[in-house]
Amino acid sequence: MRRTGIAWLVALAVLALFPLSGATFYVELVTKVMILAIFALSLDLLVGYTGLVSFGHAAYFGIGAYTLALLTPKYEAANLWLTLGAAIGAAGLAALVVGMFVVRAKGIYFIMVTLAFAQMFYFVFHDTKFGRGSDGISMNFKPEATIGGVTLFDLGNATHVYYLVLASLAAVFVFLHVLLRSPFGRALQGIRSNEHRMRSLGYPVYRYKLASFGIAGALAGFAGYLSAMQFGFANPELLSWHQSGNVLLMLILGGIGSLHGAVVGAFAFVALQELYSYVTTHWQLLLGATIIALVILLPGGLASVKSRFKHTLVGEPEDD
Amino acid sequence: MTDAILATTNLSRRFGGLMAVSSVAIELERGRLHAVLGPNGAGKTTLINLLSGDLRSSGGSIRYKGEDITRLSPDRRSRIGIGRSYQKTNIFPAFSAFENCRLAAQSRAPRPLAIAADALRDTPVCDAAKKALTAAGLGERGERIASALSHGEQRQLEIAMVLATAPDVLLLDEPLAGMGAEEARRMVDLLKKITAEHAILLVEHDMDAVFAVADVITVMVNGQVLESGPPAQIRASPAVRAAYLGEDAEDPEDGARSFE
Repeated sequence: MRRTGIAWLVALAVLALFPLSGATFYVELVTKVMILAIFALSLDLLVGYTGLVSFGHAAYFGIGAYTLALLTPKYEAANLWLTLGAAIGAAGLAALVVGMFVVRAKGIYFIMVTLAFAQMFYFVFHDTKFGRGSDGISMNFKPEATIGGVTLFDLGNATHVYYLVLASLAAVFVFLHVLLRSPFGRALQGIRSNEHRMRSLGYPVYRYKLASFGIAGALAGFAGYLSAMQFGFANPELLSWHQSGNVLLMLILGGIGSLHGAVVGAFAFVALQELYSYVTTHWQLLLGATIIALVILLPGGLASVKSRFKHTLVGEPEDD
Repeated sequence: MTDAILATTNLSRRFGGLMAVSSVAIELERGRLHAVLGPNGAGKTTLINLLSGDLRSSGGSIRYKGEDITRLSPDRRSRIGIGRSYQKTNIFPAFSAFENCRLAAQSRAPRPLAIAADALRDTPVCDAAKKALTAAGLGERGERIASALSHGEQRQLEIAMVLATAPDVLLLDEPLAGMGAEEARRMVDLLKKITAEHAILLVEHDMDAVFAVADVITVMVNGQVLESGPPAQIRASPAVRAAYLGEDAEDPEDGARSFE
């Protein structure tokens, strides 16, 4: 546990120093990956810690993104703090409403109903005037990070965006870490392990699952907001089932039920995507094959590499 | 009648055309262990499922501490003091034995909004979990992953988890099933010890154990109560004998379990 902590501090330091390299393209790419890592973390709370495999998580990511796009006026910048709060609130609220209907469903039914709701949201933004159709909404201005008349940082600057996103990722990671060791987090993990027994021990399982679904949705909305902020637009593709599938693949790559797995998975997913699309236009074929190979060879995901190695060499599995 | 903490009236459960439990009236009192006997398929586990809320009744009612709880959900029933164990071990296999009990104890002080608190630093909950582990004879095994415990130990853990919820009523579904002689003896001692403060319903096939601990015995056949009374009365009952002898004729293995 202590060694994991040190590994994380090193990773954080590397990420913090990375923009000094001056490679703008990669700074923006890593910003995008860190946003996806937040998205993957939010889904891991559901899949890895509550046992709810959502196949519609992109809906809340998209709602976060659209909230910023819709709240940004045409001729001036929006306030970062207000729009961020609104995005997290809107995504969390949407997740709570959907959750009221879906968290009673189990297994494959849960997967299908979450997908169905996500498709509904997709078409709301795709087919209505409100969402401005398939092109989505472009923003003329980035939000302004102003408190009491002082602008803290400039979101037109890629490096500033990078650090804001890095701080957000660290905050979400720590939040989930703390949440998962709280009585609430422990109960969620109990529900994932044996929902029936949790109920017979006196836990109102439905409410716990609903709360988890709402928190995961709010955090996904946070990631979606950051994405819209970085790229200056929101379009229906952000809510598509491809996006929901991709984030699930990130978890599978990194290791379901581990916070660092979610972050590693997001980095691995984009790295593979970049690498393979550099080699061939049929990169998805290669990506698919890689994921299949990984699931066979390393069922615990990339996060389990260390303990797998130990296991093979020393013959004794490690706990973390 | 007035002493009963849990009482059923005409409690019934139908599965299609089968009356699994039919018009059962049963009463549990604090300080008494009420055993339910009967051949396989007599409806004993269904009765426990009805009392714990895992199954909805098709008819009749259940009263607990003077209130009608027939329609309450299983988690509500647990919170008001009705705890149960399962015939088929029903634990959190990947968690330590301690965490199994800690989660059980946490259900009495759930604090779901204390999201910044470390659950492992909640001393009263952790102490309650340790106490329950010790009571069930697993005091030294807390750090073990539950799935790595022996079958008998998992049965003990099953009981420890129920005890950790500090229930008033215990519904125990074959707690001795699959236990070795030594473990079974310890479990019988534990049952005797905890009976004073609890109302216990015990479903058990081990006749020696049942007659050693029961204050009241109810014999069920085909979902109905055949006879209910103190152990001596049940031992002497011609109807009970006939029911079991009938069973013996079909199933020679059960013949070994006579009452003497």
